[in-house]
Amino acid sequence: MSVVRLFGAPAAPAALLLRAAHALDPRTGLDAPHDVLVRDGAIAEIGAPGSLPAPEDAETIAGEGLHLFPGFFDPHVHLRTPGQEHKETLATGTAAAAAGGYCGVVAMPNTDPVLDGAPLLRALIEQAKQEARVPLGFMPAITRGLAGAELTDMAELRDLGALGFTDDGKPVVAAGMLRRALQYQRLCGGVLALHEEDPSLSGAGVMHEGAVSARLGMAGIPSISESTMVARDAAIAAFEAGRVHFQHLSCVESVEALAAWKAAGAQVSGEASPHHLTLTDEAVRSLDSRFKMNPPLRSEADRQALIAGLRDGTIDCVATDHAPHARHEKEAPFEQAPMGVTGLETAFPILYTDLVQPGVLPLGLVVERMTAGAALLDLPTPRIAVGEPANLALLDLDASWEVGARGYASKSANACFEGRTLRGVVRLTVAAGAVVHRAAVEALA
Amino acid sequence: MTRHLLSIDDLDRPGIERILDRAASFAEVAGREIKKVPALRGRTVVNLFYEASTRTSSSFELAAKRLSADVVSVRAATSSVTKGESLKDTVQTLTAYDPAAIVIRSPHAGAAQLVARWTDAAVVNAGDGKHEHPTQALLDVYTLRKRLGALDGRRIWIVGDVLHSRVARSNILAFARMGAQVTVSGPPTLIPRGIEALGCRVAPTLDALSEADVVYALRMQNERMEEAYVPSLREYAARFQIDAARLQPHQLLMHPGPVNRGVELSADAIDSPQALIAQQVEAGVVVRMAVLYELLVGTDSSPRPQPTEAAAVEAVATA
Repeated sequence: MSVVRLFGAPAAPAALLLRAAHALDPRTGLDAPHDVLVRDGAIAEIGAPGSLPAPEDAETIAGEGLHLFPGFFDPHVHLRTPGQEHKETLATGTAAAAAGGYCGVVAMPNTDPVLDGAPLLRALIEQAKQEARVPLGFMPAITRGLAGAELTDMAELRDLGALGFTDDGKPVVAAGMLRRALQYQRLCGGVLALHEEDPSLSGAGVMHEGAVSARLGMAGIPSISESTMVARDAAIAAFEAGRVHFQHLSCVESVEALAAWKAAGAQVSGEASPHHLTLTDEAVRSLDSRFKMNPPLRSEADRQALIAGLRDGTIDCVATDHAPHARHEKEAPFEQAPMGVTGLETAFPILYTDLVQPGVLPLGLVVERMTAGAALLDLPTPRIAVGEPANLALLDLDASWEVGARGYASKSANACFEGRTLRGVVRLTVAAGAVVHRAAVEALA
Repeated sequence: MTRHLLSIDDLDRPGIERILDRAASFAEVAGREIKKVPALRGRTVVNLFYEASTRTSSSFELAAKRLSADVVSVRAATSSVTKGESLKDTVQTLTAYDPAAIVIRSPHAGAAQLVARWTDAAVVNAGDGKHEHPTQALLDVYTLRKRLGALDGRRIWIVGDVLHSRVARSNILAFARMGAQVTVSGPPTLIPRGIEALGCRVAPTLDALSEADVVYALRMQNERMEEAYVPSLREYAARFQIDAARLQPHQLLMHPGPVNRGVELSADAIDSPQALIAQQVEAGVVVRMAVLYELLVGTDSSPRPQPTEAAAVEAVATA
C-alpha cells in the first residue's frame, strides 16, 4: 500500500520552457546551461541551451545567467496551525517556502492542541489540500501532548500519512520512553526526529553558555545539554536497530557524537540550520530577541564544526526550523521573548552569501544538502531528470536583496537576517509540477 | 557622553572621570543647608521600577529632586506578563509626559536598551536582570577614589555569587577601566564560565585574599541554596564569608547592600572601620545627580529642541 504523505492545494500543471539556465543537480551530475522543458508538470526534455523548440502551449522563460536547482526540501518547519494562526498559517508558511525555493516542507506538531492524534491529522491534511502552496507533510508527536509519558497511536497516524514522529520543541526526556518508541517503530516505520536537550542541564537558559552569557548575565544553555542526549539516543537507536534523525544540531560535541555513531553503523542522521551555520552567540551581545532560538547560537568553534559536518556529510541536510512569532511577542526583553526565528525565505541566500561566495562550501554541496531532507523521510529526492515531476528553483545568484525591505511572505517578521543584503533571488519555484512562486519584477533590480 | 547610560561600556575612562568630578561638585552642595540646584527645573524624570528596590529607587528620586526636576515614580508589577501591560506600552504611556529621562530597573537583561529604542528621553539603566547596574559601579568607583585616589594598580577582589550579580559585571568593567586589577572568587557553581573575558581573573579560594586592597562582597541569596548552587549557607560562610579573621587591617570592605549579616559578611566586618558601606549609600545620591546632569545638561547648556505644537498635533493625526 502506497500512502500519500505530502499534501497541497491543487494547481495547474506547469508547461514551461526554461531557456539556457545553468542547471545544477549534484545527484545527476548536471552542471551547465541547459534548456529544460516542463510539460504536464513533469520534466519532459533536457537539451543543450537553445536546442529545444519553444512549444506554443508552453511559457518560455529566459534563463540565461540564472541557475536552476532541484527544489529545496525542508524537513523542519513550524506552521503554528492549529492554535497560533496569528504567527503563521498553512497558507502563509507554504507561501514563504515557495518564496524560498522549496518544493516540500514538513510541519512540526507543537501546535495548540498538539498534533498527537488521528482526528487532528485528518483535519490538517484536509486543510493542506485547500491551502498549502507547496506540498506539506506532517510529523505528529511521539508522545501524547509532548508530555513524554505515553506513545501516540503511531501506526494509525502512519496509515493516515504521517511522515514520521517528533516531540520537537521538547526532548523525549526519559530514555525508556524513547526506547519504547523505537521498538514500536518496527511496526509502523517512520523516522523519529529528535530535539535533543537535557532539561536538567539547559534549565532556565536563554542563550549559549559561554563568555557572552557571562558578560550579559543571562542563564546559559551548555552545549552538553544537547550533545549528551545525542550520544544517549544514538546508543538507544543502535541497540534497537531503529532510525533517528537529530534536529537542529548546534555544537561540536553533537557533531562528533553523530559521526561516531554513523561510523559504528547506527541509522542516524542530522540536520543543521542556516542560522547555526552562519551566526554565533556574538550576535546576542545586541540583546536583540531576533537572535533568540533553541538550540541557541553557539561559539565560532561550534559553527565551524557544523560547517565541517555539513561538508563531510556527518550532517545530512539543512533544515530551517522556521519558527514564526508575532512582532509583539518578540518585542520584549531577551529573556522574556519566545524562542525561534523564521528561515524559509532566507535559507539559500544566506548560505550562498556567507558560505558559498567566500569559498567555504561549494555551491553543489549546498544544493545537495538543501534537498537531502526528503530522502531521510523516505520521500523521493527532487531531481532535474527527464520523467521526474518538476520540482525546481530558478535563482539569480548575481542579484541581491535586502532582507525584510519588501516584507515577507511569512506572516511573521522575526528573521534574524533582517536588514542584511543577500545574494541570490528566487525568481521561480516549481513544486510538484506547478508554478508556486514568481518573484515580483521590481525585486529583480 | 552618550545619550543614555545603559552599560559601563557606554563610558570610557574620561567619561567615568567626568561623572565622578561632577559628583564631587554636587557633594559640596550636599553639605549646604539647601541642597537643591536648579539644573533640571521644569523637566521631568520618570523612575520606572519593575523590581523591589529601596536604596536605588530612593537615591535616584532624591538625586532628581535635588536637581529640581519633577519626579514621577512608577512601581510596576512584572508578575503577570500576559494580563499586564507590556513594557513597550508602559514606556509609550510614560513618554506622553515628555520626560527628559527615564530611569528603569527591570528583572530582565536588555530592558533599558529596549526602552531607549522606544522613547526620546535619556534612559538610565538602574539594573537590568543580572546584566548591569552601571550607576552602582560608578558610585563604588567614586567611593573608592575618594578614599584611595586613583585606582591604577589597586587589587580589588569581588567575592561571592558572581553568576547572579549585575553589580559584579558592571563593577568588573568599571574597576578594570579605571586601572585596577580585578579578581573574582566564590563557589565554582556561582562563577560563570568565561567571566575572565570581562577583564578579571578567577581565584578558586580566598587563600590569596590578603593581596587585595579592596574586598567587595556580593549579596548571597537564600534561594541559591534551594537551587543547589551551594550545599548550605553554613558551608558558604565557612569558605567565603568575609569576617574579621579574613579581613586585613589594610583592606577596605565594600558591599552593594542589602547585607545578609552572618552570611557573606560577619557583623564585626560590617561594623569595622574598613567598611565603606555607608559611604557607598551616601555616594549614591551625588553620583546619580551627576549622571542625570551629564545626560540632560552636560557641557552643552542649550535646551533640547522641543517638538512644536503643530508637529505634535500632526503626529497624533497620522498615528
